[in-house]
Amino acid sequence: MNISADAAQPASVDAVVEMLGAHDYLCDRRLATAILVSMRINKPLFLEGEAGVGKTEAARALAAGLGARLIRLQCYEGIDLAHAAYEWNYARQLLHIRLLGEGADRARAEQDVFGPDFLLRRPLLDAIDNDDAVPPVLLIDEIDRSDEEFEAFLLEILADFAISIPELGTIRARRPPLVILTGNRTREVHDALKRRCLYHWIDYPDLEREVAIVRVRAPEVSERLGRQVAEVTQRLRGLDLYKVPGVAETVDWARALAALGHTEATPEALRETMGAAIKHQEDLERSEEAIAGPSGR
Amino acid sequence: MIANAPDPVESVTLFARLLRDAGLTTGPERVQDACQALLAIDLAHPDEVRFALRAVFVTRREEGPVFDAAFDLFFSRPGGEGKSGSVPGRSRPLALDPKQVKAWMDALGLSTSGVAREVEGPPASSAGYSAQELLRRRDFRDMSWEELASVRRLLRQAPWRVAERRTRRLRADRRGTVELRRTMRSAARQGGDAPQLSRASARRKRRPIVILCDVSGSMDRYSRHLLVFAHAIGRRERVETFAFSTHLTRITHLLRHGDIDSALDHVAEQVHDIGGGTRIADALHTFQRVHARRVLGHGAVVLIISDGWDRGDPDQLGREMARLRRTCYRLIWLNPLLGSDVYQPETRGMAAALPHCDDFLSAHSVDALDTLGKLLAELPRRASRSPRAGAAALAASAGAAGS
Repeated sequence: MNISADAAQPASVDAVVEMLGAHDYLCDRRLATAILVSMRINKPLFLEGEAGVGKTEAARALAAGLGARLIRLQCYEGIDLAHAAYEWNYARQLLHIRLLGEGADRARAEQDVFGPDFLLRRPLLDAIDNDDAVPPVLLIDEIDRSDEEFEAFLLEILADFAISIPELGTIRARRPPLVILTGNRTREVHDALKRRCLYHWIDYPDLEREVAIVRVRAPEVSERLGRQVAEVTQRLRGLDLYKVPGVAETVDWARALAALGHTEATPEALRETMGAAIKHQEDLERSEEAIAGPSGR
Repeated sequence: MIANAPDPVESVTLFARLLRDAGLTTGPERVQDACQALLAIDLAHPDEVRFALRAVFVTRREEGPVFDAAFDLFFSRPGGEGKSGSVPGRSRPLALDPKQVKAWMDALGLSTSGVAREVEGPPASSAGYSAQELLRRRDFRDMSWEELASVRRLLRQAPWRVAERRTRRLRADRRGTVELRRTMRSAARQGGDAPQLSRASARRKRRPIVILCDVSGSMDRYSRHLLVFAHAIGRRERVETFAFSTHLTRITHLLRHGDIDSALDHVAEQVHDIGGGTRIADALHTFQRVHARRVLGHGAVVLIISDGWDRGDPDQLGREMARLRRTCYRLIWLNPLLGSDVYQPETRGMAAALPHCDDFLSAHSVDALDTLGKLLAELPRRASRSPRAGAAALAASAGAAGS
């Protein structure tokens, strides 16, 4: 068993909670356990959850806490090797061949031109082929936006921390990065990919945690205002909305209210700033009714 | 608890077996991960054990509750005091508390009883050409069970394929745009001066289809055949299927069964409101809230199969339809009643839904389904983004189909 207890890595679940907390990320013990296990057994962690529950933020805080570099790869449909891992610098290659002139050895030229000097390094290669003192955190964001072909390509990287470049051979990580994948569930990710990862579903936080998160992320918001806004969003999540507001929306909403000089979340103030949290016209109507309700206390 | 278990590896292995019975994916690799995970945490802390094992074994949100039930069951097993019981599907019975077994069964969804289904006759042996021709035009409603069996064969052989969309991936194509990587490789080999350009164009993929099938009482005579249709195209296209009457149920996985009869049996068992009332708007709302993000990507085509007899609020239906239209590539409504000569889309629900449909077709016979097939194979761009213009075109097409 290759369990590496790095000096820099936290030793217990509580240490993880504390480390992330120091970087303004308040997580529960479940997530902290998953992160700890992921670090210890060198397996990527796949974080799934609704938009705005802090998946990306978790990776960011983790990198900050470990003092590691954060390498982020944003996925989208059609993302391929050239954008994610590496690309050859074609212009330089052409120039190089022309500079060699007529009599040069063609086979040699081809070998030269497909050497490391002509390689443009994209995030994945950057993360695998690193010389960092602390292994970097590789964030593969919104993996569900990519397509099956790209997932298949990721399998090798996630299982072996290696990238095969036909012209160069296999590049293996000397110090494997910590890999965090996130997903919104816009589609189901393939089982083969999940098999290579640990999995954690991030839920919406409970009221107390959400209030604490608002306080940490928006210090300018008063305790009282933060709590009122958190209460309202928690209630809105119970409604039948198309797009339920996430924690990020709660923070934005509290910020918006504070920026307008409100010290209390009155129904009028909430209504004026509702666009910070509710972003579908159909949802606005429903939310307005709910806001007019019990928060008017 | 696992901390004082004689051999943690053995208890993890046993636990994994229980999880596999419950439908989770396990295997030696996972068990090894689980053992390593336990080394990383504090075993005296029951929560940490649970969370660590959960991170290893659970791979999707729905599995969370099943895992928790299994964890409670396995790790709180009361020595030898528990009464004997067994978990279904297990080869050996575990010593279990009956209450725990009940909770376990509930978590697995095994406590629900199946719904009785109709008895079917044997399929017809063979149908001649002319008989086939007749069958193609016959209303499903008037067919005998033998005839329906041959209809299934017809549907399965239907020659059309769903239209394609451009993906963002490339494949070699002489008429495409220049692809630098291949060009460079050949240039380096040949000297670099007059490179032969390699070209590539966008690869194409067939569009996914989403079928929302009305199985309420008023659709009684059709829904079965339309499910046969869904099953038939599901064999070769990317199809997501949902059934609704008062509730919406995803039945894609049920129809995946190769044999149509067992597939339909599964549907009858799992969809509890077959033959109930219709609340189309509610069904669409559930669809858009829960499933749409997952299944409507990649330029999906949505087929709603319903007669439009809706007990809900027409305004709400209109709103849901408008929204659905905005989020899919094409919205097609199939109405079996459209096949009858006298039908006018006058039900309030249908009237509210019509302006938002891209196409409005009948679905009462094999021929009608063939027309649909041809439409799916071509799928021209939407004539207009404005629903009003769509409505005008629809009125025309409805008139043509009704004649």
